[in-house]
Amino acid sequence: MKTRFDLKNSQQENQLFLSRSIILIIFVSLLFFSLITRLTYLQIQTHEEYSDLAQNNRVKLSVISPVRGLIFDSKGRVLAENNPSYSLELIPEQVKDIPKTIKRLQQLLSISEKEIMLFERQRKRQKRFTSIALRNRLNESEVAIFSANRHLFPGVDIQARPLRYYPYPELTSHVVGYVGAINEKELKTIDPINYRGSRFIGKTGVEKTYETELHGHVGYQQTENTAQGRSIKVLTHTAPLSGHNLTLNIDIELQKIAYDALGNFNGTIAAIDTRTGAVRALVSKPGFNANLFARGIDQTSYSALQNSTRRPLFNRALRGQYPPGSTMKPFLGLAGLNYSTISAKQTVFCPGYYQLPKQSHKYRDWKKTGHGHTNLHKAIVQSCDVYYYKLAHELKIDRMHDFLSLFGFGQKTGIDINGEKHGLLPSRAWKKRYRNQVWYPGETLISGIGQGFNLSTPLQLAHATALLANKGTAFKPLLVSKVDQQQRTSEASTPVKLNKPEYWDIVINAMQDVVSGARGTARRINKGAAFKIAGKTGTAQVFGIKQGEKYDEENTVEHLKDHALFIAFAPVKKPQLAIAVIVENGSHGGSVAAPIARAIFDQYIQVQP
Amino acid sequence: MSWLFPSKQHLSHYHHRKSGLLQRLHIDLTLLALLVILSAIGITILMSAGHGDMSLLQRQATRLGVAFIAMLVMAQVPPHILKMFAPWLFLLGVLLLLGVLFMGDMGKGAQRWLNLGFFRFQPSELLKLATPMMVAWYLAERRLPPSFKHISVATIFIAIPTILIAKQPDLGTAILIACSGIAVLFLAGISWRIIFAVAAACASLAPLLWAFFMKAYQKQRVLTFLNPEEDPLGAGYHIIQSKIAIGSGGINGKGWMHGSQARLEFLPESSTDFIFAVFAEEFGLIGAIALLSIYLLIFIRSIYIAAQAQDTFSRLLAGSLSFTFFIYLFVNVGMVTGILPVVGVPLPLVSYGGTSMVTLLIGFGILMSIHTHRKLLSS
Repeated sequence: MKTRFDLKNSQQENQLFLSRSIILIIFVSLLFFSLITRLTYLQIQTHEEYSDLAQNNRVKLSVISPVRGLIFDSKGRVLAENNPSYSLELIPEQVKDIPKTIKRLQQLLSISEKEIMLFERQRKRQKRFTSIALRNRLNESEVAIFSANRHLFPGVDIQARPLRYYPYPELTSHVVGYVGAINEKELKTIDPINYRGSRFIGKTGVEKTYETELHGHVGYQQTENTAQGRSIKVLTHTAPLSGHNLTLNIDIELQKIAYDALGNFNGTIAAIDTRTGAVRALVSKPGFNANLFARGIDQTSYSALQNSTRRPLFNRALRGQYPPGSTMKPFLGLAGLNYSTISAKQTVFCPGYYQLPKQSHKYRDWKKTGHGHTNLHKAIVQSCDVYYYKLAHELKIDRMHDFLSLFGFGQKTGIDINGEKHGLLPSRAWKKRYRNQVWYPGETLISGIGQGFNLSTPLQLAHATALLANKGTAFKPLLVSKVDQQQRTSEASTPVKLNKPEYWDIVINAMQDVVSGARGTARRINKGAAFKIAGKTGTAQVFGIKQGEKYDEENTVEHLKDHALFIAFAPVKKPQLAIAVIVENGSHGGSVAAPIARAIFDQYIQVQP
Repeated sequence: MSWLFPSKQHLSHYHHRKSGLLQRLHIDLTLLALLVILSAIGITILMSAGHGDMSLLQRQATRLGVAFIAMLVMAQVPPHILKMFAPWLFLLGVLLLLGVLFMGDMGKGAQRWLNLGFFRFQPSELLKLATPMMVAWYLAERRLPPSFKHISVATIFIAIPTILIAKQPDLGTAILIACSGIAVLFLAGISWRIIFAVAAACASLAPLLWAFFMKAYQKQRVLTFLNPEEDPLGAGYHIIQSKIAIGSGGINGKGWMHGSQARLEFLPESSTDFIFAVFAEEFGLIGAIALLSIYLLIFIRSIYIAAQAQDTFSRLLAGSLSFTFFIYLFVNVGMVTGILPVVGVPLPLVSYGGTSMVTLLIGFGILMSIHTHRKLLSS
């Protein structure tokens, strides 16, 4: 309390305050009336207009997602379909006591704390009258249990939503691929309107490459809603366009035989119909359960797949690049004949090793004792390395590169799914450009037996084999044969023309003797064959731990074993199928890889005479 | 019970004007009744705007309870004590603001909260009261109307918290704090010449500000406010939807719980800043005028209390609190009806949300204290 105040002054202050208060009251009244005026304008003058707008707000546009196209194999068996997945859903507005209801539901079905947490999070975001999933993927007995008790749970119901399902998940995991939830990055590339109602998108294989065809086109529905937001009447309806069904050239039975024939080995197989380019089997083993991805894979399962030393997620058929080894020999033989470096009759003495002129380094043959006098036929049948060292030395690397390019080595085959690798076909120019090093003559020799820098994918090998089988013509590998009922045919590959057509026969004869000759490296698969097979075995040295595996003592021995390769086609006279088999750490092409090819031929050639 | 009020015996040369129970409890019944009615309306409309979410209502009711208790506690503190603490509260508030600026929690890109471990606290709330108290404390000791020098000092007291809070950035609160300080200056009798000079300066500076200092996005905000239809899915969406809700309500409204705009969730922030739109949609023009009238009545009662106050500090503070309360309402309703830009000020005592409600009711506690601690000199 002020004690030394000037009474007169205080009186004056009081007076001043009162007058200012009155001004303030007038000012506030003005503000008050301006608000009233504004409200009157909005609620009387423009009431009609805003009422109409509010009415329009009641009309809701909702999205109807299209049904994803199915994928069939060449014989009409389903490889990818949409199965209803049952989820337990709850409409918050219609449930009185949500926690209690969940407790009661837990007595019937297993509902984890995590699921409840996800539900609560959704509930905060969604409108109270929208259905929210409490549990996904109910099995049939759970559906039955709930259905019997449904009357006890108003506002809770079971909803069926389509979920991608792969009946042969391991067999088709790489070639058909899988769908998964749309991620941030994909969100930026897709048409947001068309994907309005879609939750999944193709991630790999056919599912990814043919996403546009499979996805279909979104539909719309305009509904008139009640004041509570429930739709009472459909005003307009634009039906969605289902995705196209795809038919693949893959024969799932053949695929299974190939997959199973690999046994416990990791490996990859490509089988192409030489007459059409149809890919009948494309195997990468191990596969994985693609359905895990389609359901939404959890982190633990995903890292288990990612960290597995067998690398199941790696698509060996398209992206596995292996040294082709001796499977290059028939093609190099053709090169030698075509460039007239060698003739069919000319022989080379094989003492078990080869030396470059004026060099002491010995390039060894796989057979220490040597093959003795060897012509081209014998060099292919018995896979003589010395013959090919000499041939390579005389051809020189650039001619080898040019000739092998004709057969598609070092290039993508142009198969109709994404992700294919180039492989590697070395040349001087390549080494200068990518390694900035000169080419050494010794490297030419190593290339002569398909080692060194050479890398091929199984698809490349199968395609080159088809070119050889057809004596210079082939088709680009094609997976999808039909989009709905529309047939698709494969493009022809660039034909290979040799100076003399009989060169083909010389090499093909030799390849036939690889299988049917008394000393052929794959003679064991000739027994009981109903048709003639031409093939070539190969062995590829493993480059240590190059592919990024972790050092694992127990598996080391296994890991350092050579890869076994085999390329073949049959029947020799009228070829139908060309195959490339690569068995990782399988050691011997003749004993491990060749029987797999035989099993595939047996199935395919019997069925289609 | 007289031992509870020793002051009564101590200051025996004063006697209380009234000595009913309410007087002893320092409650102003008129103000209390109006505030309770307003809170009850708030809860009612929140039932509709919050889509019947019981936990939301419970939280709001709890906060209201706490806020009313805070108000009644505040009413027990006599004004001269408040005056004594005014500069210290202001200093504390400014220090806390600086603290927030340098180590506050970042929430939604704005630094407003100070985490004290056991609870989070917005220093700007403290300054809503401390700023007018500070200015009133300063001017109450001077000869009024204030000299130019005193006005300048007071302006600095207003500018410090305003700038600090605008920097957070919390433009809505900054405006309210500036208003509360300016109201004190105005009531203290600042000369009209200065008022007009400042107004003229602002008017002439605005185009310069627009041309040279405002960034593109700030200009965009102003443009959106002037023409919301141009940006219907961005910043204009709130205003458009809010106008649809209010306009479609008409004279009589659609009835409680029947406002389709808010119920169908076309209207964003329907239970917080835009709750007035829900009210106007459901209760129409009649309801809206009634609601605004309650605010006006509260203002009139408050300004009456200010006029009845016995010392300059109480008078200036009470006047400022009354005015700021109405400005609160005006900014919110102005923004919801589209005559002011969207700055994020809640509808006092009705919008869902805690801190500002407690501050507001503490302000009314101060008003009650001013009114019920008056003494008459015994003649």
